[in-house]
Amino acid sequence: MTETSQTATEPGLSRRMVEILVALVLMGLAGLVLWDSYERGAGWDAGPQNGFFPARVGWILLIAAAAALVSAVRREDSVFVTYGQLRMVGSVFAPLFLYVLAIEFVGIYTASALFMAVFMVMLGEFRWWQTLLAVVAVPLVAFWVFEIQFRLSLPKGPVEAMLGF
Amino acid sequence: MDDLHQLMLGFQVALSWTNVMFMIVGVLLGIVVGVLPGLGGPNGVAILLPLTFGMDPTSAIILLSSIYWGALFGGAITSILFNIPGEAWSVATTFDGYPMAQQGKAGEALTAAFTASFIGALAGVILITFVAPLVAKFALRFGPAEFFGVFFLTFCSFIGMGKENKAKIVASLAIGFLLAAVGLDTISGDLRLTFGVSELIKGFDFLVVVIGLFGVSEILLTIEEGLHFKGKKAQIDLKVVLRTWAALPRYWATLIRSSIVGMWMGVTPGGAIAASFMGYGLAKRFSRTPENFGRGEIEGVLAPETAAHAAGTSALLPMLALGIPGSATAAVLLGGLMIWGLQPGPLLFIENKEFVWGLIASMYLGNVAGLLIVLATVPVFAAIMRIPFALVAPIILIVCAIGAYTVESSRFDIWLMLVFGVIGYIFKKLDYPLAPLVLALVLGDRAEDAFRQALLGSGGNLSVFFSNGLVSTLMVMGLALLFWGPLSAGTGFLRRRLAPARSAPLGR
Repeated sequence: MTETSQTATEPGLSRRMVEILVALVLMGLAGLVLWDSYERGAGWDAGPQNGFFPARVGWILLIAAAAALVSAVRREDSVFVTYGQLRMVGSVFAPLFLYVLAIEFVGIYTASALFMAVFMVMLGEFRWWQTLLAVVAVPLVAFWVFEIQFRLSLPKGPVEAMLGF
Repeated sequence: MDDLHQLMLGFQVALSWTNVMFMIVGVLLGIVVGVLPGLGGPNGVAILLPLTFGMDPTSAIILLSSIYWGALFGGAITSILFNIPGEAWSVATTFDGYPMAQQGKAGEALTAAFTASFIGALAGVILITFVAPLVAKFALRFGPAEFFGVFFLTFCSFIGMGKENKAKIVASLAIGFLLAAVGLDTISGDLRLTFGVSELIKGFDFLVVVIGLFGVSEILLTIEEGLHFKGKKAQIDLKVVLRTWAALPRYWATLIRSSIVGMWMGVTPGGAIAASFMGYGLAKRFSRTPENFGRGEIEGVLAPETAAHAAGTSALLPMLALGIPGSATAAVLLGGLMIWGLQPGPLLFIENKEFVWGLIASMYLGNVAGLLIVLATVPVFAAIMRIPFALVAPIILIVCAIGAYTVESSRFDIWLMLVFGVIGYIFKKLDYPLAPLVLALVLGDRAEDAFRQALLGSGGNLSVFFSNGLVSTLMVMGLALLFWGPLSAGTGFLRRRLAPARSAPLGR
């Protein structure tokens, strides 16, 4: 809270722009819902049809989003996120995105090890043995807890297949 | 009397060795979850819920509700030592808790906060013990129209009591309902809103949504502020605890006032945040030294903590008795009940007596255990906050991904979690409240069923919602709450216009 005056002077994304964008997306979603519901029937056919309830909620969303749009246009502009902050968020989001992508191909354990390594090397100041320890320990502990204790099968890839799981 | 007998039987259930162990494990996990950024109550419960599918429901709910207690306690640690509120309702605790820590009185502040939490929670549990069975008995008479009336009341009170932009609260609720509608329609058996995408047939699981909205987004928000937490050191020894306890009776009026505010606000959903601020505001108004508030006044820690926890606990009352959760965490717990095959609502008190009273008894025991554990382990948990964020964050994110996957063993859910993480980040920054979304997502199907069944019964005539005294009262109360903001603003405006001469000389 106390830092708002400091960050306000830094350049960043306009909050008004993001507000308007989100309101428009929500209105678009509401439109999609209304289209889908009326397509299947949102009226009365010996009882409420299956689009009856979503259609009404869709109208409510459309009106609420429109109201949010109006108040967004009328509000005083401020900074949604400074470019510096956005870069920090990006530096977490990019590895996270790659991690989820990697789960598809190499399984969750190998992906987790890689994710830990990237994260700790990029964003932390650790000694090499600390990073190595975390990279090895986290997937092993996860494996022990989920596969052995709870008997849940998590996504696996070629490395696990090589080890015979 | 019968209820007290049931409660005693409940204590027998809750006091079995395994359940006590689950309670302790739950409280410890809960404190970790409450202390770490990106975990928090709803998300912590959501991640662990899939792991309890195989357990006995009573033990499972004891474990999960203990996580809830632990998270409530843990939130106070970060508020006081690090000036970072773990949950929205801990915000008021930072006002005086952090200044106390800066003055080297962290031990007193923490002891006061934990004890106040305990007192507030106890007030809430006592309320549940005596009032929940009555509400449940009363609710047995409810038909679909009345149930829809209660749902309506719940959603209206969210809109009416919420501090955010009303349009955004409504939008958030509507999104929750629409997400709940995606997939197979339970009544007609048709697919809805899937747009031909086969992954959407099973719909959006609320657990995945919660993990994204509350977990991933929280990490993204935390990273904005940089990677370092600067915390105060805390030392709690028995002497500090006893000294603080000895001083507590002096503040009995604040404690009672905050408990009542909390219980009242907790039963109406979305109340815990408002309750903590109201408790704080009232304590300040009634204090003889209001100028000390904000500078490290112990009452300023006691009041919001008592109110928030009385509210947080009372939020479980409508969940148990009516099947309507009063908070995001209660909503996740409710979802859990449904997964274990227990239908929350009035019938629970008849068909699953042992479960209900075991849970209520575990609330008493869990809070006692929580208070003792948290007092003993504060230094350990304060140390957790000093672990570098670059080590903690990836572990939390990995746990979130595993949690999202285990719900349905679906890789698509991990992607959904990521998407909802971004949505949660944007929504939090734009002040779209997330709790109504989760609540509507959990309750969506049941609210819709009640709505459609009521309309089926009446042949599509909306007058069914005003057909008898009970349902009319519920609907009118809902409408009154819905327009509470404009109404109170209007009357306040009128009062100011009518009495400008009288209030002017009194004005500060």
